[in-house]
Amino acid sequence: MSFHPNDIARRTQLSSVALAAGFILLLGAFFRTQVLDHRSYVLQSEENRLRPIPLPAPRGIIYDRAGKIIAENLPAYSVSLIAPSEDSLRATMKVLQSTLQLTDGDISAAIRRFRRAPTRPTVVLPDASIDVISVLEEHRIDFPRLIIQSVPKRYYPDGPLVASFVGYTGEITEDDLNKPEFAGYKPGQIIGKGGLEKQYEPILHGREGVRFDEVDARGRPVRGVGPRPDLDAQGAPPMKTNIDMDLQRYAASLFGDSLMGGAIALEPKTGGVLALYSHPSFDPNRFTGGIPPDYWKELNTDPRRPLFNKVIQGTYPPASTWKLATANIGMELGLVKIDTRMPIACSGGLQYGRRYFRCWEKRGHGSLNLAGAITHSCDVYFYQLGLRIGLNRLVAGGVDLGFRERSGIDLPNEYKPRFPSKDVKTYYDRLFGRNWSNSETLNLAIGQGANSQTVVSMAKFFTSLATDGAAATPYLVARPPERTPIMKLTPDQIAGLRRAMAGVVSAGGTAASANIKGVVLAGKTGTAQNTERPDEDHAWFVGFAPADDPKIVVAVFLEFGEHGYYAARLASKIISYYLKVDVKPELVEAGG
Amino acid sequence: MRRIVADYPLVITALLLSLFGVAMVYSAGQTDTPTAVMRVYRSQLLWLLVGMLGAYGISRSSVRFIEWVTVPAYWLSIALLALTLVIGAGAGTAASTKSWLAIGGVRIGQPSELAKVTVVLMLARILAARREPPKSILDLWWPALVVAIPWVIIMLQPDLGTGIVFIGIFFGMLYWSGVAWPLLLLLASPVVSLILSFSTGLWGAWFLVLLALVLYYRPYLVEGIVLMVANIATGVIAPILWEKLAPYQQNRLRVFIDPSADPRASGYHVIQSKIAIGSGGLFGKGFTLGTQKRLAFLPEQHTDFIFAVVGEEMGFIGVTIVLTLFLVLFLRVTQIAGRANDSFSSLVAFGLMASWFVHVLVNVGMTLNLMPITGIPLPFFSYGGSFMLASWLAIGILMRISGEGRGKAAFKKS
Repeated sequence: MSFHPNDIARRTQLSSVALAAGFILLLGAFFRTQVLDHRSYVLQSEENRLRPIPLPAPRGIIYDRAGKIIAENLPAYSVSLIAPSEDSLRATMKVLQSTLQLTDGDISAAIRRFRRAPTRPTVVLPDASIDVISVLEEHRIDFPRLIIQSVPKRYYPDGPLVASFVGYTGEITEDDLNKPEFAGYKPGQIIGKGGLEKQYEPILHGREGVRFDEVDARGRPVRGVGPRPDLDAQGAPPMKTNIDMDLQRYAASLFGDSLMGGAIALEPKTGGVLALYSHPSFDPNRFTGGIPPDYWKELNTDPRRPLFNKVIQGTYPPASTWKLATANIGMELGLVKIDTRMPIACSGGLQYGRRYFRCWEKRGHGSLNLAGAITHSCDVYFYQLGLRIGLNRLVAGGVDLGFRERSGIDLPNEYKPRFPSKDVKTYYDRLFGRNWSNSETLNLAIGQGANSQTVVSMAKFFTSLATDGAAATPYLVARPPERTPIMKLTPDQIAGLRRAMAGVVSAGGTAASANIKGVVLAGKTGTAQNTERPDEDHAWFVGFAPADDPKIVVAVFLEFGEHGYYAARLASKIISYYLKVDVKPELVEAGG
Repeated sequence: MRRIVADYPLVITALLLSLFGVAMVYSAGQTDTPTAVMRVYRSQLLWLLVGMLGAYGISRSSVRFIEWVTVPAYWLSIALLALTLVIGAGAGTAASTKSWLAIGGVRIGQPSELAKVTVVLMLARILAARREPPKSILDLWWPALVVAIPWVIIMLQPDLGTGIVFIGIFFGMLYWSGVAWPLLLLLASPVVSLILSFSTGLWGAWFLVLLALVLYYRPYLVEGIVLMVANIATGVIAPILWEKLAPYQQNRLRVFIDPSADPRASGYHVIQSKIAIGSGGLFGKGFTLGTQKRLAFLPEQHTDFIFAVVGEEMGFIGVTIVLTLFLVLFLRVTQIAGRANDSFSSLVAFGLMASWFVHVLVNVGMTLNLMPITGIPLPFFSYGGSFMLASWLAIGILMRISGEGRGKAAFKKS
């Protein structure tokens, strides 16, 4: 090597300068990180060690109009695990399996929860018994990453009785999380899945709180109480409904074991829902914290479809209950008055073109005026009225009365009724092809044909008959009444229709047996042809009482109920219960 | 008896670094969830004492003796290195490597630490034996071979970090022996090609620079051609080499460019290390009080990432103290190299300094993501017996060289 002192000296100097320069650069980098960017790194290190533990908020308590509890929260315990990885979660659950009495289903559910939100504590047992909790508390030291939390659990004291309107709650799904309305939600949270719980989710939910636990890199809590600025959960305000729990309970009791169908009771002037029941029902309490698979299967395979809300989701031909709509359209057009007789008397049917249209009364009703035709539900009268109105005007009138629209009740998943559009020709062309005949008018006039309505939409229509011609939108939770004037009739004309409907429930009417002593009940039966089972027609009754100053509108629908008066009897019991009067004891069989 | 040599600046600096290091290893063991690291500071202290005894022993010998044992020591270290390929085991961030000699699963040492010292000695011997510094690349084949043999074995382990140290030693000692800058650049050019080949444009520009350099330096024609071919070749095989890398190695290099690319695995270490250092601020969170460390967010906090503990607990002040101690040490060793009695001693001193310098630069740089993570320990700090021992043996050698040196700068003619 070149070992000349001058060379060595030069290299020594150069090396020293290079070394010093290198260290200055390094120190500069540390200065930037530690002094200039200090704050941001402090934040990151805080974030690192503080693990947010969500504190679920109690859902808003739901009351009926008298302050009776429909939905409340019971204290329950959930067991969660903070797991750094799926494998670790699996391993810990294996150890805990016997203690917690975990099923394989619980384990796979927990794994799914973990995958959705690996940084949140994974709920292993959403609703652990006090026995399990006490065992766990004893062994708490062995499982530092276990979180036992008191969580409010939804409870419906009346269970199946209220399921048809209150719905149920459950864990938010991945699909839900992607929806804009669930923007602020996190995996694992409980949301309303049906009924009021779903409809008023934003109000009922409250605000989730958060507690910060200090954890190590593997997520193990290290100190009981570290720096943990708590943010308390904020419970939602209570929610008052228009439901009358006594009436609801009574209405539900009327269905017994054999009947299927639904009933709704409204305040005619406000649309407030007094009772809403679909039968058979299910127990929403069993849905809380995950639906047990066997129960779910049982409900889904039940041919009576307990999960299907027959009041807001079932659409059925309104049958004779729709005759009031036909009558209203005819009167509005000035084609008939309440005492107008039709040219052809009823002899059990009407020949129209090449077809013979029967009346339900084979013996014939003879000559009737409009009031009598309503009272006795004479098909032949309404066939002629329908023809006088004409298909276009009949459809347009029906559309104006709201038969193409949902009732607007404050419940999710209401089905839309089926009714022709005002563009009649296009509608029927699409329905039947080009060669449909005008005889569709006759079907439509008596509530058959291309017309399927929900129980709630018929009830809504009848609120207009019960009042001044304005239909009230049904609502469960207090809000200013919403009324749409749909009938352009004079008070006298409406009174005439009401008198005719009162006749329905009096001697000689189609629902005479449903009469109530001391109260004038008005209504209309309907017997809807059942395309699936021709021998078992559906039964309708929509009515109100007292006829001169209606306090309650009730619609009852019985699947395969065979005849409208069966529905009428249920309805009259509901009404009399509400009005605190007795049902007339003697039962008079009548047609209709 | 020879006169007792004690280079106080050297020994005191090294001792301060070592004690600071042991303190940090102790702190690294103080976590909220107790681990085996809790007690390792004791064995670190033990190794420090053993190393100091060894250093004292060596300082009592002579440079000639050291020169004499160089060849057998070199071959012994090669043999031990080769043995790791057969009975090797990994540890820490280098868990997948075979850099440890293990018998029945018990790790007894890292031969590569010994090899660093013996390679420095061997290179010094060969370079000192020459009258003239190497003038052409062809002149370098013999020194290159001395480094290449252990380097290949280490890359087979594979231990990229230690491999980098050997390259640092090689270039540092060539520089100290008087090899001209352009030649060093030419020598390094294939490595530059290797790095730049991932961008065709950059590589093309580099190739033009290289061509100019070759024309300016005018090496032998054969050399010039060999160089250009080597550069083209590395440029071409780089992507192939990339494919050959294990996924974790690829990840480490990717993460070096963008730590957030893999925040839960390879990038995690770097991110957590930066958070620890950055959150330390000017004064630090206090001895043993680093939350990142306590809560085990820091990986390998007692070995490769010990400097992050310094940054978190001692803050910028602590970092400055440690880096200054290292700078003082390096300047002192450079000084020793500058006034050594003979070229062998001078080269040994500078080679040892170069080895430590690469360690510090890569290790400390890595904690701030200025360098890729290569599993390389921090001298006198990182927990590890072999390295502590080897470092103090090197201090012993330096003490001896310093003692035999002329006691003043070489250019002041004695």
